Formats: sequence, structure tokens, C-alpha cells
Amino acid sequence: MTPVLEVEGLAKQFQMHHLGQRLHAFDGISFDLHAGEFLLLRGPNGVGKSTLLRTLYRSYLPSAGRIWYHTAEGRIDLATAADVDIALLRRREIGFVTQFLIARPRVAAEDIVAEPLRRAGISAPEALEEARRWLAEFGVKRDLWRAYPTTFSGGEQQKVNLARALILPQRLLLLDEPTASLDAGARSALVRRLADLKAAGVAMIGVFHHPGDVAGLIDRDIELTAKEVPEDVAV
Amino acid sequence: MIATETALALQAPQLMTTPPLLTMTGVSRRYGDVVALQDVSAMVYPGEVLGIVGESGSGKSTLLRMMNLEDTPDTGDYRLALPDLPGNLFDLDRFARRMLCATRIGIVYQNPHVGLLMQHTSSGNVAERLLIAGERSFAALRGRAREALDASEFPLERMDARPIELSGGMQQRVQLAKAIALEPVLLLLDEPTTGLDVSVQALVLDTLKRLQRDRAITMVIVSHDLGVIRTMADRVMVMRRGRVVEQGLADQIFQDPQHDYTQQLVHAKL
Repeated sequence: MTPVLEVEGLAKQFQMHHLGQRLHAFDGISFDLHAGEFLLLRGPNGVGKSTLLRTLYRSYLPSAGRIWYHTAEGRIDLATAADVDIALLRRREIGFVTQFLIARPRVAAEDIVAEPLRRAGISAPEALEEARRWLAEFGVKRDLWRAYPTTFSGGEQQKVNLARALILPQRLLLLDEPTASLDAGARSALVRRLADLKAAGVAMIGVFHHPGDVAGLIDRDIELTAKEVPEDVAV
Repeated sequence: MIATETALALQAPQLMTTPPLLTMTGVSRRYGDVVALQDVSAMVYPGEVLGIVGESGSGKSTLLRMMNLEDTPDTGDYRLALPDLPGNLFDLDRFARRMLCATRIGIVYQNPHVGLLMQHTSSGNVAERLLIAGERSFAALRGRAREALDASEFPLERMDARPIELSGGMQQRVQLAKAIALEPVLLLLDEPTTGLDVSVQALVLDTLKRLQRDRAITMVIVSHDLGVIRTMADRVMVMRRGRVVEQGLADQIFQDPQHDYTQQLVHAKL
């Protein structure tokens, strides 16, 4: 079976012009990921786990390597795909769940959650109903649904964020410590949702501070290790 | 994308099969000895929001004026994917340009005095657009002006107030209503919230977001304010001294800027 993702020799370094330095993040990352597989990224803090996720999502531009992503229309290298192609895939197939919600002023929690469905062409009432269902599932109190999350606590914002990120099933889901700052109820709702998505064939790559939270879901892991001699190239 | 040593060069679009709505190629413009634009190319896809950032004098507003056909470059090509208007729009005569701008392109200026007749009523300002497009029935003019003002979240009880009597935020809403009254294919925003109070700015941005989401209007927004661009744009183009120094997905430009100048810009903001 064709994998969803084939990563070959992926590397990332940051060029910091004001310091005249390059910062090495990781290199030589290679792995395959199939539909319904859950891959855990392991390693100590600062080793580049989140950086790898962001590079796969193209918030960071890869320095070398390939990220073959298989679509119905053939494979595309996410490392060098045009920005508009990446934007298209993010709308339809590739999701990213971060720890932080980028709340917008004066947009209600339920509207934030419903937005991915609206963008996918689902009618406003239907999207709203689904959004409310997920807010309830993650334990956001009913009287907060119409409120603006800008004023919510970190934990409540995170629930809104998860509901939004997971409402529309994707083919590939990148999870950057989604359980951080969640209470027990929301955490088990999240694990249930991830299990459903996995069963439905969603491929996932995750970074978890406490991998125990998702122990039952993990198929494989990759250990990221710090490079012995940090590259320090003057430019 | 400017190729740098740490990033790979990007390919042409492969999955996006819809052609861009706006294509500008090789646009250069000098004013005397001043190079305002140097070989600028840009594409905007249907439903997309392109943000253009840069400091004063970077050429970002000049470029937007070119998109609104207010000025012609020394060289360059400009096309909108409109079946009735093939060819370089810079070659159109004055009348055709005026028609095109009035009916297919909307613009909101930083300074409402540029976009509005301050002594006419707000509804009249919006209706003027419709008159140019050939609408003559008073009831229809008023009805459609009301609709556009409402979509811009302008308080309708004040629709006959003159812009001069309104607050800055309300003036921008009148400009926006005028810009969208004819449901343009392209909405151009030139520093639309600069000079407004922060709270008012957030409300105007929210209205723009809402419009974008509900109508999937293709937008180009110019601002020196990175916060505004971050809130609004899908893709970002960074300009300096009349040239494009870098472009990319908004999150990439803000999280992993490649060019020295973009790094300075982003780090100055955060």
C-alpha cells in the first residue's frame, strides 16, 4: 500500500542574519507513514521535535530533503511545493494542532470552531450544530459558546483550539503537544477523538510531553538526538 | 521566493488548477530618479488574501495603485482572469479603466478623504458606485446601498449622515460599503486601519475577515503593520525599495523569515 508520507533526508537549519550564524535544528530525518498510523516523535526538550512538525507543515522551510505526500492526483514534495498548493492541502487534508489558539477579536468560540467546516462548503446552520457538539464534547461550558475566546483561560482556549483543529477529518494530522494544559475530561475527549480519526485512516505524527496520554494509539516512534557539534558557520 | 542557502527553491503549482485571478508581471516604474517599482511580479488566486508589507517608500502602495489602474508603469503586464477583458489591462483606455475600476475592483484607502465625498451622505457615496454601473432607479440605489452598508456593519440609522460627521472607523466602513457594493472580483485595501484606535481597528479587521469568509472575496491588503497582515493574509509579499525581497505563506514569513530584511522586520515587531 502506498504510504501517505515518505520523508527522505529531511534537514532544517535557520540562518540568523543579525548574528551571521546558522542554527542547526535536525538533519537526515527519514521515515514512512501509512494511513491510520500514529508516529510519536521522542527526544529531550530542544532537540527539534516541534521544529520537525512545523517543517512538515511548511511553517518552516526545509533546508534539504524531500517530503513526499501522496494525494489522489499523485505525489507532491511538500518540501518544495508551491505556497498555494500547501495552502490548498492545509484547507483540505493536512491539519496542525498546536498548544496555542490564535483567537481573533470579536469572533465567538462556536464560530471559530465552525470555520473549517464553513470553508469546506458546509452550510452555516449545519457547521454551527457540529461545532457546538464538539465544544460540548471537549467540555466547554454552554454559556461560553457565544463568548469570545480572547478572554478565556489557557485551558479553555486550548479546548476551543482542539475542537476547531479536529472537527474536519484530515488525511494527515500533526499534533504539537495537544494535551498540554488540558484537564482530565478534555484529555480523554481528545484521546477518544484521535482514536476515532486513527480508525478512520487518518495518519498522525505527534509530540507529547506525556506520551502516556496516548499510549494506546502509538504504532511507532522516532528518537531525535542532539547533534554532537553544533554547526556554527560564519556567513 | 528568493533562493537562499538554507531553503530549497519552490516548484510551480501542481495541485492548484484554478488559474490566478490577478497576474502582474515585470512591473517597473520610475518617478524621475526615484525607482518606485523594480521588476515586480505578483499572483493572487481566487478567494485568497495577499498581504504586502514594507516600510514607507517600499513601493507597496504604488503597487496597489497600479492594481487599481490609477497609474501605469513604464513596463509591465497586468491581467485579471475576466473573460470579457483579456490582454494587458495597462493598455486599456481611460474610459475602459474607469469602468473596470468602478465595477470590478473595490478599494479602501487609508485616508477616507481620498475615497469619499465628505459632504455627501454616506448612502449617497455608496450609491454613486451603482450609478456609474448604470443603476437609475432611486429605490434600487437606496436598497443596494443599504445592503452594502449593512454588510460592512455600518449602523443603518446613520446612513444619511455625511462622512465628515462620522468617526474614523465609520468612515472606513462607508469606504468598504462603496468598495463592495458592486460585488467586485478584487478588493484592494491600502492601510485600511492605520490611524484608527486599536479597539476600532480590531472591529474593522473583524468585519473584513467576516466579509472574506462569507463571500470569498479575493483581497490584496497593504500595511506596514505586521499584526494586521498576520490577521488577514494567507500569503505575504515583503517589499523594500521597490522590489519584492521575499514571499511566502503568512505563517512561514512570520515564523521562518529567510531574508535579512524580513528577519529585521519580524523581530522588530515581536
